[in-house]
Amino acid sequence: MTLLAVEDLTVDLPAADRAVRLVDGATFRLRAGESLGVVGESGSGKTMTALALMGLQPPLARVGGSIRFEGRELVGLDEDAMRRIRGDRIAMIFQEPMTALNPLVRVGAQVAEPLVLHRGMSRRAAGAEAARLLAHVRLADPERAARAYPFELSGGERQRAMIAMAIGCSPRLVIADEPTTALDVTVQARILALLDGLRAESGMALILVSHDLAVVAGHCDRVAVMYGGLILESGPTDVVLRRSRNPYTRALLEARPEPGAPRGARLKTIPGSPPHHRDVGPGCPFAGRCALTLDVCRSARPPAIAFAAGHVSRCFRAAELEDAA
Amino acid sequence: MRVLLRGNFSLWLGAVLTGALLLMAAVSLVWTPYPPAAIDIPHKLAPPSLAHWFGADALGRDVASQILAGSRVSILVGVVAVGIGLLFGVALGLFAAFRKGVAEDAIMKACDFVFAFPALLSAIMLTSAFGPGVVNAIVAIGVANVPIIAKLTRATANSALAREYALAARASGRGPVAIAFDHVLPNIAPALIVQATIQFAIAILAEAALSYLGLGAQPPQPSWGRMLSDAQTVLYNAPRLAIYPGAAIALSVLGLNLLGDGLRDALDPKLRARRS
Repeated sequence: MTLLAVEDLTVDLPAADRAVRLVDGATFRLRAGESLGVVGESGSGKTMTALALMGLQPPLARVGGSIRFEGRELVGLDEDAMRRIRGDRIAMIFQEPMTALNPLVRVGAQVAEPLVLHRGMSRRAAGAEAARLLAHVRLADPERAARAYPFELSGGERQRAMIAMAIGCSPRLVIADEPTTALDVTVQARILALLDGLRAESGMALILVSHDLAVVAGHCDRVAVMYGGLILESGPTDVVLRRSRNPYTRALLEARPEPGAPRGARLKTIPGSPPHHRDVGPGCPFAGRCALTLDVCRSARPPAIAFAAGHVSRCFRAAELEDAA
Repeated sequence: MRVLLRGNFSLWLGAVLTGALLLMAAVSLVWTPYPPAAIDIPHKLAPPSLAHWFGADALGRDVASQILAGSRVSILVGVVAVGIGLLFGVALGLFAAFRKGVAEDAIMKACDFVFAFPALLSAIMLTSAFGPGVVNAIVAIGVANVPIIAKLTRATANSALAREYALAARASGRGPVAIAFDHVLPNIAPALIVQATIQFAIAILAEAALSYLGLGAQPPQPSWGRMLSDAQTVLYNAPRLAIYPGAAIALSVLGLNLLGDGLRDALDPKLRARRS
């Protein structure tokens, strides 16, 4: 069953002279219980896509296209209705657990808040439920954590508290925006395992926004690779990672450090740097750095070309890039 | 509180002076040596003595009693004018920060417009249009406070709203009013408290100036500013009549400014960390 169908999503931010397109024609689907990894560099539009799904884009930004969630159109939905969905049906986990919790409010009260709001629980009942949720995300001492202020918890504990806050109302979709970027690698692995476990037991869908291909490879059924506001490639994780049909994805994969590489070997890099939103021309945003650029790449947006098993690549030369990797 | 006061001389002295001002007003409500407005011509310009601690003025009124009772007007004007400033300023500032766009621009431009008139000048304009008196003086000073508080509120609220916890609160489905009260106001309160203290001092000074010009408190209501203007006519015979209210105004304003500075240091964790 399709939980979320995003069709040709655009986000425009008005700037001084003209609107800047931050997300351009994002299209993807998510079934219940499925996990989608959204990968991209800073400024690729991945966070803006996540925010747009929740209607949390910046105040002046304009969202176009279609977002159907549980059969309901979210684009253009009024703020009151959207607010009833946020935190209840769709929840979000943020990157920086240090700043995503209010420093002046006890952790238990913050975890209890969505329950009071969406379930109409009394503060007392919600407080008890919050302690149970904190135990559920395997915080060592949930009673202590509930009474603590955010600064009294470690980074990993705070992120667990954020997750407890997000899953309180049993949302059908959780959007995690770089949930482990600010954490140590070992803590990162435990947090991701926790998210996997929660997804398996509750059947919620997960959108994992990350710049780390390895994280996405290990924890997501499907992956979407974003660059310059465009989803350049999407499909089942193993297909995209093993049989990529997009030069950008391939360049990313080649830029990973490999275990067993000879000492002193240099990492492959992608020449140049990602374009600023304002400098994205009419063509493919990756054209300036791509080794396979044709003339047409600079003048027209590459079309989305579909291959087997829901594998889609936006590249004029996608068909040529077969099983080469 | 002990931690806050330690090593913070401004806060300490400011709190003592401001406390003394409040104590004077409180005492004057129940007791003054003489009725402050009682005219006693035989004792006019009496020098300081046990009977008249600070002497008597040109109409024989007891100066000590007038100083005590005069503090009430200063505090009344300060509290209400700052209250007006906070009430409207915080509301406008929050509205601007939450709405962004045209609403924010319009409010900020309106604030600039009010800013363009010196506060005292607009107070004089208002009192001359609607008649002199404490109430009009309070309104005039209060209106001048609104843009200052509104600008500060908007700026600090914008930085609080840019924090992830504000976004996280929205992501959990909370509305703007709840976010304003639970997440924004508590986090911007220190800046507002400091600014309110400073504005209190400015309001006392403005009230004294208006009363000196005859646009503030009207006789027989005692006021430090009016005492100053009364003293002017006998300045060569009895300069002390100007010194007492002058000192009262100066010490009150100094106390509140020190308190504001001290609170700024005490409430700003960055400054606190640097000191220790």
